[in-house]
Amino acid sequence: MNKPFDNRAWFLVLPVFLLVAFSAILPLMTVVNYSVQDTFGNNQFFWAGTDWYVQLLASERFHQALGRQLLFSAIILLIQIPLGVLIALCMPRKGWTVSLTLVLMALPLLIPWNVVGTIWQVFGRGDIGLLGYTLNRIGLDYNYVNNIGDAWVTIVVMDVWHWTSLVALLAYAGLRSIPDAYYQAAKIDGASRWSIFRLIQLPKMKHVLIIAVLLRFMDSFMIYTEPFVLTGGGPGNSTTFLSIDLVKLALGQFDLGPAAAMSIVYFLVILLLSWVFYTVMTRDENERQGGAS
Amino acid sequence: MAAITLDRLAHSYLPHPSAPSDYALKPLDITWRDGGAYALLGPSGCGKTTLLNIISGLVAPSEGRVLFDGTDVTRMPTEHRNIAQVFQFPVIYDTMTVAENLAFPLKNRGLAKAEINARVHEIAEMLDLRGDLNRRAARLTADAKQKISLGRGLVRSDTAAILFDEPLTVIDPQLKWELRAQLKQLHQKVGRTMIYVTHDQTEAMTFADTVVVMYDGGVVQIGKPVDLFQRPAHTFVGYFIGSPGMNVLPATIEGRVAHIGSSSVFLADDYPTLPAGKIEIGVRPENIALKTGAEGLPVRITRVDDIGRIRIARTVFEDHEINVVLPEDTPIPTDPRAVPIADRVHVYADGHIVDASPVRGHA
Amino acid sequence: MSLVLQNVSKKVGKATHIHDVSLELPAGSLNVLLGPTLSGKTTLMRLMAGLEQPSTGRVLFDGKDVTGVAVQTRNVAMVYQQFVNYPTLSVYENIASPLRIAKVPRTELDARVREAAALLRLEPMLARTPLELSGGQQQRTALARALVKRAPLVLLDEPLANLDYKLREELREELPKIFAATGSILVYATTEPSEALQLGGNTATLDRGRVTQFGPTIEVYRRPVDRLTAEVFSDPPMNFVAADIARGVARLSGDVTLPCIGPLSGVPDGRVTLGFRPNHLHLRRLDGDAVSIHATVSVVEITGSESFIHVRHAGDEWIALSHGVHELKPDHPVELYLDPHKMFVFGADGRLVAAPLPAAAAA
Repeated sequence: MNKPFDNRAWFLVLPVFLLVAFSAILPLMTVVNYSVQDTFGNNQFFWAGTDWYVQLLASERFHQALGRQLLFSAIILLIQIPLGVLIALCMPRKGWTVSLTLVLMALPLLIPWNVVGTIWQVFGRGDIGLLGYTLNRIGLDYNYVNNIGDAWVTIVVMDVWHWTSLVALLAYAGLRSIPDAYYQAAKIDGASRWSIFRLIQLPKMKHVLIIAVLLRFMDSFMIYTEPFVLTGGGPGNSTTFLSIDLVKLALGQFDLGPAAAMSIVYFLVILLLSWVFYTVMTRDENERQGGAS
Repeated sequence: MAAITLDRLAHSYLPHPSAPSDYALKPLDITWRDGGAYALLGPSGCGKTTLLNIISGLVAPSEGRVLFDGTDVTRMPTEHRNIAQVFQFPVIYDTMTVAENLAFPLKNRGLAKAEINARVHEIAEMLDLRGDLNRRAARLTADAKQKISLGRGLVRSDTAAILFDEPLTVIDPQLKWELRAQLKQLHQKVGRTMIYVTHDQTEAMTFADTVVVMYDGGVVQIGKPVDLFQRPAHTFVGYFIGSPGMNVLPATIEGRVAHIGSSSVFLADDYPTLPAGKIEIGVRPENIALKTGAEGLPVRITRVDDIGRIRIARTVFEDHEINVVLPEDTPIPTDPRAVPIADRVHVYADGHIVDASPVRGHA
Repeated sequence: MSLVLQNVSKKVGKATHIHDVSLELPAGSLNVLLGPTLSGKTTLMRLMAGLEQPSTGRVLFDGKDVTGVAVQTRNVAMVYQQFVNYPTLSVYENIASPLRIAKVPRTELDARVREAAALLRLEPMLARTPLELSGGQQQRTALARALVKRAPLVLLDEPLANLDYKLREELREELPKIFAATGSILVYATTEPSEALQLGGNTATLDRGRVTQFGPTIEVYRRPVDRLTAEVFSDPPMNFVAADIARGVARLSGDVTLPCIGPLSGVPDGRVTLGFRPNHLHLRRLDGDAVSIHATVSVVEITGSESFIHVRHAGDEWIALSHGVHELKPDHPVELYLDPHKMFVFGADGRLVAAPLPAAAAA
């Protein structure tokens, strides 16, 4: 497809560039600046070079936080993407139930992050929380404050509850765009339900699923508020994800240099992984286009 | 393969239809013989798509039955009806090769690999797709994709009927000629019942042995293309088929003469008992000559469109527009008179054709 | 007012979409861009409108260079294949929208909207919204909006492609009349040769981003400059056959010889391609000089008034278009007549060497 081209269009994009420069690039450069210096307060800075980076990359604490973060994102993607698609497949396509379902699905997305954390914090408490109390009453020893497994399960369930609707809504939009003729043709061809899913629905949903995976990956990889409110990173450091660790480092210990270096590395990891996801998921397509004569 | 019977079939989207206008499809009785080529022709909103959906099982009719070879399939879902369908826009499985696309309906029915292979190659040969068998179907042109859709229907030996829903919509004119002819040849070769839905008269007339012309939810005429062209049962058919459509002029009939305004034309027959209603004569532009002399209607030529192999003279006679088709190389006289061929002039009462013979009455 | 394209090319990445196009469209002219899908019609229109900038070359409007000028300031109207209207606005407000933007005073606005609505027969629907209209009426609304603007350049990109055949025929006849009064330059893209012929005016034939010929429509049809143009501008497709010319005789494959008379006289000896339109391949001898050939029937399509006879002859596939109904059996021999007076002669490079003389009557 051809797009109109006019050099003056750049002027229209200029405000965005300025905004990005002020809101992203300048602060980022400040962080870069911090990451290569050392300070002991009083606004005195000393050149540190790559020291902080070397220290960070070698640090056990960073490795563990990174590991926890990767594990968390992996679990989230493995649960939310298939579950979201499944929900989208079950959602009604006609009638008055459509709008009702859409509203219900959108509800969790409208709740602020810190409120979500608070809701689950109360919900999971053994003394007054509906979930915690019920579990304990039926004989399950559940305590997210002390038990590492329970803490993880609670955070994962909380995130699934909060964000699966996003995946479902995106997948639903993809499903809705498939013309009826495809389903009819598949019926005529005698295709099974599974074949219809694999050969028609999945390929046609692919583009929105790529977006869903990227969104959910980036979001889950940067998760901060909910676990901070719920567990504060504990018990121990068992739910201290990268972002929580970063805040502890920067604000708790006021180690601006190492924290800045960690921010940069954090940022690069997200960028790298997103790029890998995107390339892998669209590889098939590029091959197809490249091969077409 | 199957004969298809539509038994007092009617459909309304309303729960309690009463007036004829409540019906999307007015009651009809049709039998289509096994192996025939049929077309449903009409403008959008005429009910042809509703009828097609009833045959394919997508819509359950509110009245009447659909029979395949005598078996009632009215309530049978699409997948059990053994039909195939080619849609307006190509429907193919993007992720599969051409061969996999063709094999898909057979694989789903659990046929042996060797048999599937043989069938796929046979059909690919028939459709000129042999060279593309191992290519991704998504990469092919629109006409090749339509052939694949058709091939998925042909590959099965149990297909009762193949339905076409305006299949040439996205095909360029040059390729349309090829594909249309291939389709016709294919029908003659495989002898399956085929039903073709279109608004394009050329596609309907060239494809089908029998054309069903529909208008406003009802069938206005069923006939061979030649009959539809030469003896339209209704002025709508005359208008809709033929390009330009039939000229229709209000007239009073007296013996074998039709008086139109202050002039008159000859008829081939008498019409002693005309039904009441608005009387008109209809004559095709192809059946009018422009001559000098005293016969026919004196016309004024407003424009002559040269469209290559024919010319269309747009003429006016006393507020009535009359189109005349002139074959290539025919001169246009000065002070022309429009002279219709007498036995190609039909008389219509309230839009319905009047039979010249008083015994039969109108259809 | 005139629109001039000077050596305009458009490259996107490595692909060249438009190759060195020069066109001069005078004020008040109707110009058809004729070519198959992806031949560059839409790109060329977008270059004319200023929606895209040419990679090389200039666009002059009224003698002024407008190459870099944005579409908003050029006063162009455009109508698309899809029915593009504001869905929530009434037909009246849809038509009025360009005038509201131009801040036309209320009384003048009302007069102009009603005038445009009258021309396109939309008066009874002015209060409805586009979704309550039929496809034909929706497209009429879009056309009225283009018309009301009184833009000096009106671009129509296959505006009738999504309409029923019969509606298309009617609008095709009306459009030139409607726009003739405005004095605008009209550019009309289509894939269908018959549409170009019915619209008349000038035609530019396009093939893979090149304008192969530009001139009065009927002249391009009668004297295509090369084989590509002849292919693009023929419906049904032109028949071709290779021939060797020597000693006053053209020897065709299948051991057929034509005397070098008419367009063939004076063609230098050597290898040429002969082209002839399907309506000049006859079932009867109509001309004393016609040469009989023996072909094999592939399939016959009958429209009711005409027969399209697809035949094979010595490795070539041809179509014969004949008046009347001719039911010939597939794979049976048929005797056809080639008229040497109706031959187009194309040289080895594809350029036209000679064309049939137009019949005296056509002058």
